[in-house]
Amino acid sequence: MERVAIIGASMTKFGQREEWIQELLAEAGLDCLEDAGVEADEVEHLYVSNMASGEFEGQTGVMNGLAHDIGALPAYTQRIDQTSSSGGAGIYAAWQSVASGASEMTLLVGGEKMTHRTTGEATDVIASLTHPVEYKTGVTLPSFAGMTARHYLERFDAPRESLAKVASKNHKNGVDNPHAQFQKEVDVDTVLESPIVADPLRLYDFCPITDGSAALMLCPESVAREYTDDYVVISGIDGATDTHVVHEREDPTVMGGVVESGEGAYEMSDREPDDIDVAELHDMFTILEFLQMEGLGFAEQGEAWELVEEGYTERDTGELPVNTSGGLKSKGHPLGASGVAQGVEIYEQLMGEAGDRQVDAEVGLCCNVGGFGNCVITTIMETGQ
Amino acid sequence: MTMEATRYDDGTISYPGHPRSRNGAEPVETIDLSEYTAEVVTWTTSTATPPGVREPNHLAIVEFDVSEAVDDGKDAETSVRALVQLTNDDAETGDEVEPVYTEELREPGAGIREPDSQDWDGYRFEPV
Repeated sequence: MERVAIIGASMTKFGQREEWIQELLAEAGLDCLEDAGVEADEVEHLYVSNMASGEFEGQTGVMNGLAHDIGALPAYTQRIDQTSSSGGAGIYAAWQSVASGASEMTLLVGGEKMTHRTTGEATDVIASLTHPVEYKTGVTLPSFAGMTARHYLERFDAPRESLAKVASKNHKNGVDNPHAQFQKEVDVDTVLESPIVADPLRLYDFCPITDGSAALMLCPESVAREYTDDYVVISGIDGATDTHVVHEREDPTVMGGVVESGEGAYEMSDREPDDIDVAELHDMFTILEFLQMEGLGFAEQGEAWELVEEGYTERDTGELPVNTSGGLKSKGHPLGASGVAQGVEIYEQLMGEAGDRQVDAEVGLCCNVGGFGNCVITTIMETGQ
Repeated sequence: MTMEATRYDDGTISYPGHPRSRNGAEPVETIDLSEYTAEVVTWTTSTATPPGVREPNHLAIVEFDVSEAVDDGKDAETSVRALVQLTNDDAETGDEVEPVYTEELREPGAGIREPDSQDWDGYRFEPV
């Protein structure tokens, strides 16, 4: 099977945007075509990662709209919804479309428009992914994070400050990302003194509500060479699913989807955790960075907090820089765009295009989590020559 | 009103019940958890709640010991967990809590979920 290459990437400014979903998708889509040097009529498959444009905006059929708006007709198009992991699922779908031989040029665009809704409304749209017995309790995704964080801190005797250090680190990284929603540093004390949202977690333990879009261009490696000498390949990718009902999991601190998708991606790429030079993890809540580091084999169970305390995940001095983009925490989390934007960051790091965020990396990993670990996609990328 | 967990042919138990167990086994009986007390595994107080949900909202994952209802086989599960509302913020991890019937855990129709698609009554739990 021929390797699948990425030859272009783009993302819009994340934050509170005036544009609606179709305009946001078109902005990233057109930028990606330009970055890749590909004409719209060369696109054979067009995938749109989007969780809830119908619920947020009353706009469905966004994949059809995008194909028309950017002049990509008559490309086959499909919308990918896997809640917060729609972006990662889009990478998987786009990879499948190329790896199978069905398409020689696949454009993936992920996006969401959310900020016109109140926090309560947006939280409810996201919480609608829960089972009826969960939904009627009024549980939110931040509530799951609060309960899991308490369990983790009590069970592993981890200090509350270690979670705040995740937030502080990722905000610091986001300062150098011109596309990030928040380009400002937040120190540990500010995190610990911010308002409680889901005890013991506070405002700065959570990602914001965000508008934005991101895109990647995929093709077979042989086709990539017709366009460029420098590209990235997807060397491993896998997705996995955990229980729909969160409390049915045997261990609240283990996300089975992270473990399973990570093992699949490592096996496919013939890589292991020590080979990863840079990682984008789904820090929708600070506790998730710990759970993914452990589930992906970067730390033993209950020990990720110690690595954060030691500076292991710092961008400029750490052995494994995590969330050089600023993560969802600082960059923002426009649901369907987030997994694609993780891929954009790893692509830019491997291409040497990350500017002030640049680290020394030849192999990168991104892990995109849907729900509270309900659906997960792990992708490993490498420089291709 | 009951709070029914389901026991399956492979000895596993889940709340809520599903058409098959996580191993693919068929259901064999139900256990009414409202007749039991439970232990708090972890908890949170949510201050940013969706439309129709009380604020603050006290939530916990609790574990029920149902060993007295399970008497066939040494490999059978004897406990089951549930996500529940707490009556207040008095409970801590490890505390024993008991159910109190509540007609509406949240306001039907205030959120995005279709009101007729599910039930809305249930149990809040308070320290014994």
